[in-house]
Amino acid sequence: MERYLFLAQRLTAMVLGPLVLIHLGLILYAVEGGLTASKILSRTRGSVGWGAFYGLFVIMAAIHGPIGLRNVLNEWTSLPKTATLIITLGLGLLLLILGARSVVAVVGLGG
Amino acid sequence: MSLDESISHQSLLKVKVWRGKEDGQWMNYEVPARENQTVLDVVSEIQRKLEPGLAYRYACRVGVCGSCAMTVNGKPRWTCRTHVKKVSGTGELTIEPLRNLPRIKDLVCDLAPFIDTWQKAGAPFSGIQTRHQEPAKVDPGSKARKAADAGLQCINCAVCYSACDVVSWDKDYIGPAGLNRAWTLINDARHGKRAETFNKAFGEGGCGSCHSQGNCTRHCPIGLSPSESITGLKKSALFGLPKV
Ligand code: SF4
Ligand code: SF4
Ligand code: FES
Repeated sequence: MERYLFLAQRLTAMVLGPLVLIHLGLILYAVEGGLTASKILSRTRGSVGWGAFYGLFVIMAAIHGPIGLRNVLNEWTSLPKTATLIITLGLGLLLLILGARSVVAVVGLGG
Repeated sequence: MSLDESISHQSLLKVKVWRGKEDGQWMNYEVPARENQTVLDVVSEIQRKLEPGLAYRYACRVGVCGSCAMTVNGKPRWTCRTHVKKVSGTGELTIEPLRNLPRIKDLVCDLAPFIDTWQKAGAPFSGIQTRHQEPAKVDPGSKARKAADAGLQCINCAVCYSACDVVSWDKDYIGPAGLNRAWTLINDARHGKRAETFNKAFGEGGCGSCHSQGNCTRHCPIGLSPSESITGLKKSALFGLPKV
């Protein structure tokens, strides 16, 4: 399992790298351009592209973050390894649900 | 405590030595500072002249056996290969057992948990051929053989194990020397259980836990690079076992 977690963490990091940069650029663009929430939403609602972009972002983050947190917990606490696995699995699910909710809010369901 | 009157005019080296087990204490000694003096010389002088009961290990005194490893001024070292001048800018020395291993007495620690990590990393060599077959032909210039050769000189001194923070945090972590050994086997065409060794080296407590900061490599007294071997293992997770 360790090997697959290790691979999943590295591969998701490779995907997340450019996604994070685009996301940050987007924030700068929106703030500098003085875009309001409603203007942003008018562009993202119903957009398959943004839906896919942030959908992928959420999935990658929900995999990547908890694996790292599991390593930190294993090193810094004396919790048994099954406990750290359950905690971080829970965190992954939580990230997935919260992330999916925001994607739905920004893109809208079915436009 | 000082030695006899005749050397009282000589400059003295202040030495703090750990005595006892985990719950022991620091003891202070003074020995003459000499022009040419290794940390092991200092320990021997204390034991012979001041503290006959002091427990420590050594064998070869010339950097071959690796049994004299201790923590000197906070860093793991071979004491027989460490000149006092190199480490004691302040004229003071602190000497304690290696970190990350159970203490037995004074400067001696129990190496069993360290040796166990080699087994955990799938270290036993497992030959494929019988004595009746031709010896395997191994190209010394091949990439795999070079990778194996690079890590082969390890003499199990546990200095790198003692230098590794991840070992101190996670008792399940195999650590640098065991993983280095696994990498040499995985690159050895004559080893019959390459995949098995790889699975162990990448199992729980395996190379995935390594932070790749290279403290092991920095402290290895013979200049091996366990961190590079670990990087090789990690890459194999993605690209498959190296070709031998
Ligand atoms: S590189 Fe890895 S094995 Fe070496 S000291 Fe750091 S964590 Fe330990
Ligand atoms: S890799 Fe170097 S420091 Fe580590 S046990 Fe082998 S010889 Fe000692
Ligand atoms: S006593 Fe053998 S290496 Fe130091």
